[in-house]
Amino acid sequence: MSVIALPEHLSTVAGAPMSYWRTVAWRLSRDRVTLVAGALLLLIALSALLAPWIAPHDPSAGAIRLRLAPVGTPSHLLGTDEQGRDMLSRLLWGGRMTLVAGLTPVVVAFLVGTVLGVIAGYAGGLVNTLVMRTMDIFYAFPAVLLAIAISGALGPGLPNTLISLSIVFIPRVVRVAESATVQVKGLEYVAAAKASGASVWQILRHHLLANILGPVLVFASTQVSLSIILAAGLSFLGLGVTPPAAEWGLMLNTLRQSIYVNAVVPALPGLAIFVTSMAFNLVSDGLRDAMEIRT
Amino acid sequence: MWRYVGRRLLLAIPTLLGASIIVFAMVHLAPGDPIAAILPVDASKEQIEDTKRAYGFDKPLPVQYLKWLGRVVQGDLGKSIATRRAVILDVRDSLANSLMLAVSSSLLAFGAGIALGLLAAFTQGRALDKMASAIAVIGVSVPHYWAGIILIIIFSVQLNWLPAMGASSDGGLVGYLRHMALPTIALALIPLGVIARVTRSAALDILNQEFVLALRAKGLAHRRVFAHVVKNAAPQIITVLGLQFGFQLGGSVLVEAVFSWPGTGYLLNLAIFQRDMPVLQGVILVLATFFVLLNLLVDVLQTYIDPRIARH
Repeated sequence: MSVIALPEHLSTVAGAPMSYWRTVAWRLSRDRVTLVAGALLLLIALSALLAPWIAPHDPSAGAIRLRLAPVGTPSHLLGTDEQGRDMLSRLLWGGRMTLVAGLTPVVVAFLVGTVLGVIAGYAGGLVNTLVMRTMDIFYAFPAVLLAIAISGALGPGLPNTLISLSIVFIPRVVRVAESATVQVKGLEYVAAAKASGASVWQILRHHLLANILGPVLVFASTQVSLSIILAAGLSFLGLGVTPPAAEWGLMLNTLRQSIYVNAVVPALPGLAIFVTSMAFNLVSDGLRDAMEIRT
Repeated sequence: MWRYVGRRLLLAIPTLLGASIIVFAMVHLAPGDPIAAILPVDASKEQIEDTKRAYGFDKPLPVQYLKWLGRVVQGDLGKSIATRRAVILDVRDSLANSLMLAVSSSLLAFGAGIALGLLAAFTQGRALDKMASAIAVIGVSVPHYWAGIILIIIFSVQLNWLPAMGASSDGGLVGYLRHMALPTIALALIPLGVIARVTRSAALDILNQEFVLALRAKGLAHRRVFAHVVKNAAPQIITVLGLQFGFQLGGSVLVEAVFSWPGTGYLLNLAIFQRDMPVLQGVILVLATFFVLLNLLVDVLQTYIDPRIARH
């Protein structure tokens, strides 16, 4: 998707150029795909947040006589699972788990990775070598393998999923933050700030962070979709959230055996993962284009 | 260029050593005593001490690591706790199956991805571009394990065309290929999306350069302009191809679990649930080594294609 050109009446007739963030907001307001994906994301987040109030049934209450009911069954809009539990309720509750398990590692990686990356980039020299070479080691493993390996060693459970996925994403954020810091550090205004007696802290805060946070944030947003797929994938393998909790990956795993009985209901949790992950991808694509960041 | 290759080779050694430390540390990350899986619950204190000594767990960690590393570089990955077989044998057998899957899915993903990306770039902004881009976004967003289940539902359960599980040994080559078809497609989706996107943006970068305009202005045939664009976009695409192939090899755990494909991922999965640490370590170490060497190969290949890179 190409960057949308600025409206002429705004940039020339109005005289003063638009501020960066107003430009970004204006571009986003014109990007229909991103807006739709954003709205979808909001809907998913809200339905997960409000699950306790809007779920029609108890997500863990099963009915042996009503197992694998098809989509459209009265009072079970999306059918029931292999234990007769209401699918709609479980999908709503499951969204909470999946979103928490997918988003937390990226947030952690964003915070830790930015700090490490800025330190490495700004300090340079030995510190840089130490931090960056350590991060390189984690690049020796494909993301999926690293996540599964650490989770496999630590054992199942949500906390372990969060730990292993954070370890997967931290090195990626560090790389982006470091290279952005090195780039900005070399710019003249940083030298000018230094010459005029600004402290290291002031330079970091006002000049470096202000300029690298955008690109790093956009990069982090591109990782959310992968993080969600991996988090649900760990549960799918039995390494993430443990039963009887509702989580999309776990639901997909337990329903997998039932595809010979009912082909539609078992596909629903995966569809939820897919739609959520795609919405995140489209929004981060839109953000990247609107902010004119090249990755 | 050879100096660059040499330096790059040297840089791979600390990375591999670091990776081996992580793999070694996994045993000690694991909750509980590493020997608890071997011993009966009511083992006497003496028995515990003996086993510890037999496995070398009584020595300090750095000594344990060096001893372990010494064996590993000689190709000795230890013995499986569950089967008592040498880990290297299990890994070798499963690696062959995983390689087959990685190669076939990579071929599919590379071919389709590059075609889709180029198609999108040359029809930029038009309906065809939008469609190709949409397919690319779907490719990178789809959970491939779910895609695998959907493929089973459609082609095995509903249509009954292809087998859903395992790798047949009795059906000969045709049987093997039939078993490979669905996991290949499932595994190809993500790299297909990634490659299509990278190809599109790389080709667009070149298309927007002045020399392409000049080529067109002097009346060069479309086909020849196309060749110029592809040649210039190639280094960027090749980097991604190499990385993606590595991801296919190491990232097939989930797909192999769905299809019970007897590869490294399946072995890893089994090892995790039997808490068979030597197998877990062995699989991960071998895959990581493959991945590092592959990255190295990509870097070298890249400088061969575009010597400017070595000068940086």
